Amino acid sequence: MQQPNKLTPFFENLNFERDDNTMVINFGPQHPSAHGQLRLVLELEGEQVVKAYPDIGYLHRGIEKMAENMTYNEFLPTTDRLDYIASTSNNYAYALAVEKLLGIEAPRRAQVIRTMLLELNRIISHLFFIATHALDVGAMSVFLYAFREREFAMDLMEDYCGARLTHSAVRIGGVPLDLPSGWVEKLASFCSKVEYELEHTYNALLQENRIWKMRLENVGVISAEEALSWGCTGPMLRGSGVNWDIRKEEPYELYSELDFDIPVSDRCDSYGRYRLYMEEMGQSVRILRQLIPMYSKTEPQLMAHAPQYISAPKEEIMTQNYALMQHFVLVTQGMRPPKGEVYVPTESPKGELGFYIKSEGEPYAYRLKCRAPSFFHTGLLQEILVGTYIADVVTIIGTTNIVFGEVDR
Amino acid sequence: MRKYTPKDNVQGKSYYTDRFWVAPRVPRMEVEEGSHFANVLKALGKKAKETYIEIGTLVIHIDAKKNLEIIKILKEKCGYTQCSEQSAVDYLANDGEFELFYQLLNITEAKRIRVVCRLKKGAAIESITPLFKSANFAEREMFDMFGIYVNNHPFLKRILMPDDWHGHPLLKTYPLHGDEAASWYEVDKIFGKEYRDVIGPENRDPSRIDRYDTKRFSRVGYEVPFGADISEGEKENPIEYSETILVDYTKDSGKQLDERR
Repeated sequence: MQQPNKLTPFFENLNFERDDNTMVINFGPQHPSAHGQLRLVLELEGEQVVKAYPDIGYLHRGIEKMAENMTYNEFLPTTDRLDYIASTSNNYAYALAVEKLLGIEAPRRAQVIRTMLLELNRIISHLFFIATHALDVGAMSVFLYAFREREFAMDLMEDYCGARLTHSAVRIGGVPLDLPSGWVEKLASFCSKVEYELEHTYNALLQENRIWKMRLENVGVISAEEALSWGCTGPMLRGSGVNWDIRKEEPYELYSELDFDIPVSDRCDSYGRYRLYMEEMGQSVRILRQLIPMYSKTEPQLMAHAPQYISAPKEEIMTQNYALMQHFVLVTQGMRPPKGEVYVPTESPKGELGFYIKSEGEPYAYRLKCRAPSFFHTGLLQEILVGTYIADVVTIIGTTNIVFGEVDR
Repeated sequence: MRKYTPKDNVQGKSYYTDRFWVAPRVPRMEVEEGSHFANVLKALGKKAKETYIEIGTLVIHIDAKKNLEIIKILKEKCGYTQCSEQSAVDYLANDGEFELFYQLLNITEAKRIRVVCRLKKGAAIESITPLFKSANFAEREMFDMFGIYVNNHPFLKRILMPDDWHGHPLLKTYPLHGDEAASWYEVDKIFGKEYRDVIGPENRDPSRIDRYDTKRFSRVGYEVPFGADISEGEKENPIEYSETILVDYTKDSGKQLDERR
């Protein structure tokens, strides 16, 4: 029993000395493969996990509270800090939710650029997954190769918006910038680079690797019913044989016009999920290749025309008095969406990222709830870790692909 | 006289609102006959109090006491096999109630519904964890953020905030920068409440920087002896680089890459 006093405070209700044979250990919050700030309290019987209790909140910044105290445009850069591995997908999910509330649609060129950025972010995130997952399991060299390609993708993001991690590359109603000259060609060469490396490096290093298969096969098995019940989405759900991808089923942006497949695995284990991530990268490259010719066929307009909500283009603000007045009101007071509530799901690289926004007609959201996929995948850990061996715990945390920016928000 | 600020909602407010401005409402559609949503409403019968379609989602207002029963019907008879999200909205200042919502998803039909119920302050809601395990974390978060108690939850405990936290952060009465207890949280926890006076408000923030405190801080390029008084300003102390060890990149010694590889 702990004896708390001023110098040794009573931090957590943990009992390390028990009569039975089990041992309680703290996995994290500083464990290198805890993917951030996950504290996992594990009760072990020998090397087997009897009970797992994921403890989160070490990265809680109150982003939902901040949303209630910021105008809609002010909050957009904050969404970068949710899933900081692929921040454009958060910006986009938020912007789409507000756009649905306002009833506006981005112009065609903005849609092409947004879809490009979303898929580029998917590749960035999946490369990061494969790098860290392989590193956690013990394959060091994959990490180095995957991070090399991720750097190229981040260079592309940097050329577009100037930032490598916190992109804020999407605005409510469109995108802020057109693609710089030569960017599309760089994207095309990046696509072929990723495709080549996918085939010749990652698959060659991992797919039939005996150690990799032994570490991943039949580890972290989760049935389809369990996955649905625990709120799993994205590769976690498709890895259990449920064919559900929001890009296909509830298409947003240009996904209804694009030709791509949804890989599904019915293996239900970590190896199946790893295969899904690899296949999805290939599909993202396929989508990007289709988007490149679409870009040149679009009109140059980048932001939706909705003067009540969105500022006019810079030339109009500089030349027309009324546009300047509206811009001033929109910047100082913020836009006032109609009263109503909306829940908009998008397929982020990690699963269903949805924003629930309740508007009372004020410039500040009355309530904003961010439905983060990683939050529910973390909840799942308390079930799938039970009965596994301590060596597989790292593999299972890796395969859930949780990012603590969006778990704790 | 000081401007009156309402204490029941201390969140950000617009500094100016036109007194004749009336916010429009997002259009609410009726459920069409023969659609999937009409079948859902038929299955619920009179249990659904108010129903409409808002931005593609069917919204069903129900009685908070019947939440488990109704969501069970939706799951088992209408195929809503996933609970995407579950949380609350604070309407205590207006109505003395919370608005709870359950966002459900039907994977075979690709349809979403939102089940909404109102809960009086201090009342508890029945847990839906027997139906959806994802509600385990979601309901814990709702309890943590709003203080709404959930009956028959397997492990109702704070999830994001520390266990001994005072207050529920997403309430409209909770200020953005935290309340009194939040600002003294570390001091209370490590030293005890009686040390608040000893430590004082100026020292409770570990990231606080005092421009004129030369005992704990120094400025690059303006170094002074330990504890010197610099209230009158300090002398500039230019940085000198050793040419033999360090390369001064301000001169034309570096090679500039004009093209990314």
